[in-house]
Amino acid sequence: MITKKEVQHIAKLARLNMTPREEERFAKELSSILKYIEKLKEIDTSKVEPTSHPFEIKNVMRKDIPRCSDIETVQKLLKAAPLREKTYIKVKAILKHSE
Amino acid sequence: MEIQNLTIKAIHQGLRNKDFSATELVESFLKRIEEENKEIFAYIFVDQEGALQQAKEIDQLIAQGRELPVLGGIPFAVKDNILVKDLPCTAGSKILENYIAPYDATVIKKLKNQKAVLLGKTNLDEFAMGSSTEYSAFGPTRNPLDKERVPGGSSGGSAAAVSAGLAVFALGSDTGGSIRQPASFCGVVGLKPTYGAVSRFGLIAMASSLDQIGPITRTIQDARTVFNIIKGKDPLDSTSFWIEKSDSKFNIKELRAGIPKEFFVKGIDPRIEKLTTESIKRLENEGAKIQEISLPHCTDYALATYHIIMPSEASSNLARYDGIKYGLSVQESNDLKEVYSRSRQQGFGQEVRRRIMLGTFALSAGYYDAYYLRAQKVRTLIREDFRKAFEKVDVILTPTSPTLPFKIGEKTKDPLSMYLSDIFMTAVNLAGIPALSVPSGKVENLPVGIQIIGKPFEEEMILKVGEVVEKL
Repeated sequence: MITKKEVQHIAKLARLNMTPREEERFAKELSSILKYIEKLKEIDTSKVEPTSHPFEIKNVMRKDIPRCSDIETVQKLLKAAPLREKTYIKVKAILKHSE
Repeated sequence: MEIQNLTIKAIHQGLRNKDFSATELVESFLKRIEEENKEIFAYIFVDQEGALQQAKEIDQLIAQGRELPVLGGIPFAVKDNILVKDLPCTAGSKILENYIAPYDATVIKKLKNQKAVLLGKTNLDEFAMGSSTEYSAFGPTRNPLDKERVPGGSSGGSAAAVSAGLAVFALGSDTGGSIRQPASFCGVVGLKPTYGAVSRFGLIAMASSLDQIGPITRTIQDARTVFNIIKGKDPLDSTSFWIEKSDSKFNIKELRAGIPKEFFVKGIDPRIEKLTTESIKRLENEGAKIQEISLPHCTDYALATYHIIMPSEASSNLARYDGIKYGLSVQESNDLKEVYSRSRQQGFGQEVRRRIMLGTFALSAGYYDAYYLRAQKVRTLIREDFRKAFEKVDVILTPTSPTLPFKIGEKTKDPLSMYLSDIFMTAVNLAGIPALSVPSGKVENLPVGIQIIGKPFEEEMILKVGEVVEKL
């Protein structure tokens, strides 16, 4: 049901690198899970509203005031980053240099 | 009775009466962990130093004649997807192998306020995705009652720790059965509270509209004690919510219990069916009014719905693991995009990647209506099934698991067969209601649990019914 090409497309969307062997295995496994999920097509849902939250409670708002974390927590958060410079988290260049 | 098998109340009294010190208590647990954890692998990380330090403080408190909180000095364990400040938190994944939590989860803060003693972090299926704890990147946990078998999952480490006397109680998380099924497999009590009843601030998110934290204990009374401490509204979790239901007098003779006919059909081990029917019969003999009910969307359809909604939300929640802010990062990449995709390839295990793929597919353009939206609609029908049933009954009784604890390696080759372990439990998460698994007997020396499902915020009702089952 799911082709290898579709697996490649989803893997790209999900930012998952994959070997050709893994692509084949995922195609097989996802197809068998989807076949089970197809059961839902037996149900008439044309007059049913979707549920995204189990209870009908209202959204919770708070005042839009910045809350300052203590410096210790900030340092711990920064320390967790694999690449950093001073108080910045560093990433690889996104834009390429033009010659 | 061995010190490790005492209830919270008995330990509390023992500490107050100075029958034993908190240090002696903690040392005895640490010794048992040292002896048994190598084989069972309930704990990923044991905080020996921290536990002994906390015990020392309790002993000083007692020596000064100060009041001891209910959970003061009680040794406990925490599933390793709940953050404890300055301790590792791996979620059972390579991608977080070296991650140190920068803050405490709200449940941990509450237990620390009680001066409960944290022994360590317990093993789980990677990111809580699994039903056997075999999908942990650090190796499987074994069922202490039969070491060839799985403890269930994903909170398998927590259930195994409590069952083996390596902790008095433990916290787990339940997205589609991950507290109840391991509790059932390890012969202990597991409570999945109402959605929102316990704050999830500091819980590593899997599926946000389903996840709940709850206690795993040896007795119902212990589950009640822990639940009453950890429940409640938390400003740091906007989905947290609590309604205090008036504590009406419980009388088993006035209890109306529903038995869903759809749950006693194909796929269930006949020995489990027999044992559950006997338990129900005993409740009837006590005076409970038993009636057959129907939950037409709550087995196969619920499981299918769950396996769309859960991976969809998980694929979105797990997008944050990108090798930039924390966790494993593959820097030998050509560009930023490759840092993401290669870190995620190396950091995530098979099951996690399977669910990310499934969720990304269900949410992707062209498939959203056919899968995700349809599942959300069926979720409404599942909620309706329960709403209608609860007009007629106070609680619903089912087996927790359709099978006995299975052998290690038995189901890892076929993902779908593993998913079917949760068939009686996922509807409960989709409806957001509370449910309890209580030991109801044994088949060939393997424990069987009965699931007691209740109305929203009526944890006390299912605990009361659980106490009747416990005593029968």
